[in-house]
Amino acid sequence: MNTELIGVIATFAITVAIAIPFGKYIAKVFSGEKTALDFISPFEKWIFRMCRIDSSKQMNWKQHLIALLSINILWFVYAFIMLLTQGSLFLNPDGNPSMSPDLSFNTAISFLVNCNLQHYSGETGLTYLTQLAVITFLQFVSAATGIAALIVVFNAMKENVSDGLGNFFDIFLKSITRILLPVSIIIAVVLIFNGTPASFDGKDTITTLQGDTVQVSRGPAAGMIAIKHLGTNGGGWFGVNSAHPLENPNYLTNMVEMIAQVLIPIALIFALGFYLKRKKMAYVIFGVMTIGMLSLLIPTLIAESNGNPAITEMGIDQSAGSMEGKEVRFGAKASAYWSIVTTIISTGSVNSMHDSSMPVSGTMQLLGMMTNAFYGGCGVGILNYYIFIIIAVFISGLMVGRTPEFLGRKIEAREMKIATLVALLHPFLILVGTALSSFVFTNDPSVGWLNNPGYHGFSEMLYEYTSSAANNGSGFEGLGDNNWFWNITTGFVLILGRFLPIIGPVAIAGILAKKKFIPESAGTLRTDTGTFGIMTYAVIMIIAALAFFPALVLGPLAEYFTLYHP
Amino acid sequence: MKTYILPSLKLTGILILICSVMYPLLIAGISMFAPGNGEGKKITAHNNVVGYENIGQQFTDDSYFQGRPSAVDYNAAGSAGSNKGGANPDYLATVQARIDTFLVHNPEIDKAAIPCDLVTASGSGLDPNISVKAAKIQVARIAKIRNKSAKEINDLIDKLIEKPLLGLFGPEKINVLKLNIALNEL
Repeated sequence: MNTELIGVIATFAITVAIAIPFGKYIAKVFSGEKTALDFISPFEKWIFRMCRIDSSKQMNWKQHLIALLSINILWFVYAFIMLLTQGSLFLNPDGNPSMSPDLSFNTAISFLVNCNLQHYSGETGLTYLTQLAVITFLQFVSAATGIAALIVVFNAMKENVSDGLGNFFDIFLKSITRILLPVSIIIAVVLIFNGTPASFDGKDTITTLQGDTVQVSRGPAAGMIAIKHLGTNGGGWFGVNSAHPLENPNYLTNMVEMIAQVLIPIALIFALGFYLKRKKMAYVIFGVMTIGMLSLLIPTLIAESNGNPAITEMGIDQSAGSMEGKEVRFGAKASAYWSIVTTIISTGSVNSMHDSSMPVSGTMQLLGMMTNAFYGGCGVGILNYYIFIIIAVFISGLMVGRTPEFLGRKIEAREMKIATLVALLHPFLILVGTALSSFVFTNDPSVGWLNNPGYHGFSEMLYEYTSSAANNGSGFEGLGDNNWFWNITTGFVLILGRFLPIIGPVAIAGILAKKKFIPESAGTLRTDTGTFGIMTYAVIMIIAALAFFPALVLGPLAEYFTLYHP
Repeated sequence: MKTYILPSLKLTGILILICSVMYPLLIAGISMFAPGNGEGKKITAHNNVVGYENIGQQFTDDSYFQGRPSAVDYNAAGSAGSNKGGANPDYLATVQARIDTFLVHNPEIDKAAIPCDLVTASGSGLDPNISVKAAKIQVARIAKIRNKSAKEINDLIDKLIEKPLLGLFGPEKINVLKLNIALNEL
């Protein structure tokens, strides 16, 4: 077997091997058991005292949402103002300008919602101050927000609760101090010892071996690159993200960054098993998500390894696979694996240019974001999956003629309405956005934002809205998206695509928790079996495939047939 | 709402201190002990800094090994890929033109042996590496221009092959800048 394929398999195996004990650790942190990091407990208590927060006060689901939303609004205002004025603030050695109002709006939201869609290039679009005080800061707190929302839902799934679902600030702060910060430090240290810059020097000017004078952008990047992956944020320090040789210097850092981005999403599944003492349910969820991941990964691996048929026809050696937009140090296979991982878990960092992926791979990347529930983002992945569980319980309940119940609570009309709304919101945002932009473009092609003609141009627009609604952040980067149309429309898609899928599951879980607990009996539909897992998988695929199939046919699938069957 | 705003403001301030001041300073501090002191690993030749180990450079002269096509001409003030789709006719014409140009500069070689990484643009535009095949196919040209035997140049390449991680994971590759520096010293 070749070393490229072994690299991919090993990366996944290592991820799962770390995720299981790490999931156990996360469960311990939030159930208040002893852990190795308890020595920072006095520091956390000091923070709560300074902020006058009573971290032991229990909150119900509405109070959780109010706390979550109000602190998010604060961050938005803060980030918007900082980006708008960065050009005249300190720590700006490269003399980069302030952002325009529409770009500040888009960027502030994009990082607030853990999406990290970037309509600028890091080398010229931000200053060191905003890279650290806005971008890095939001990467920590948005990931912690996702985890906090998920833990509330975990709490609501317990047997003996009604109203007290933990304290938002307590869960939120511990997500940072106990999980995100310590692991980020480890990752950042690995990066700096492999050549990623971390100092505050500005651009360097060098004379090359051949005698040309070029500049090299640098900066305190290592810490940001660590949290961008660990928190499934994905926004790069440099324009091309982790394809940049300083952001991702070699195959080792590539493995570390790939492991880092999937670590928490997978660990949280196992954390659910340990936390609720429902290990079997966790295994079933992990199994379904892994099958979902593989069903997207395998076609991508094959397509990228076989390369571009139009280039094969030119009669050169394409045994390395499709290399347009890829880096030699990673190769086609590790790039294919990354492109699927980053789209299913809403990271959106890239180590190859997705715009130049083969049409099959583009389809799979889009499907990864359209389903958005295979592992999924930090915390929010399981929240999305939770919605599909509720729908699957309801449908299978109807099929076998039993009252739909999930973990001992009846699912009724109100919960189903919320779940359906959240599930349908995603295709609604994507398809309406793509239709609108296609209309504007065909009406006036002089807007000129497409980098490729024909079907692929359509895919560029479809990808941008899919990435926004899924809070992913990757792009078909050829799209000229730094203008008011894209900045504002995707900005609103980002907000809706983030907060409704958080509010929905938290509300459902909160409402269910207040219902009477019905102990399991022979008449209960079991939700921790393989059969139910397959049912959930079918619900996810049907909702994604049915809603998006026509759009996929117009974009990547049509491109596939022109390229492979001309 | 009001009961949440004030604590949230204070918490935000403290977290900015932790995540955006203490954390990056800690990492910058540790980086003092890393190769390149956290400024990126530099390479010197004849006591001159000639570039960064990880940042590719443009080589247009036929006496040097050439790297991959770049969408930013290897100016690391920025970074970009071509972002061209595989079926784009303009893009395919560009690739064909690169193949033709390569054949003009390397008349001795067989077209079927040109590895695709030499005619496709990298993701970053700064790719420091090429495949081993991409180095070997340039040997005949360089040996001729530099008046060396093909064996000498081939041995140099073999010496500089970067093996997969632990010999197990990922592709083999050549760092173009290091290879060209070694070539000058030959």
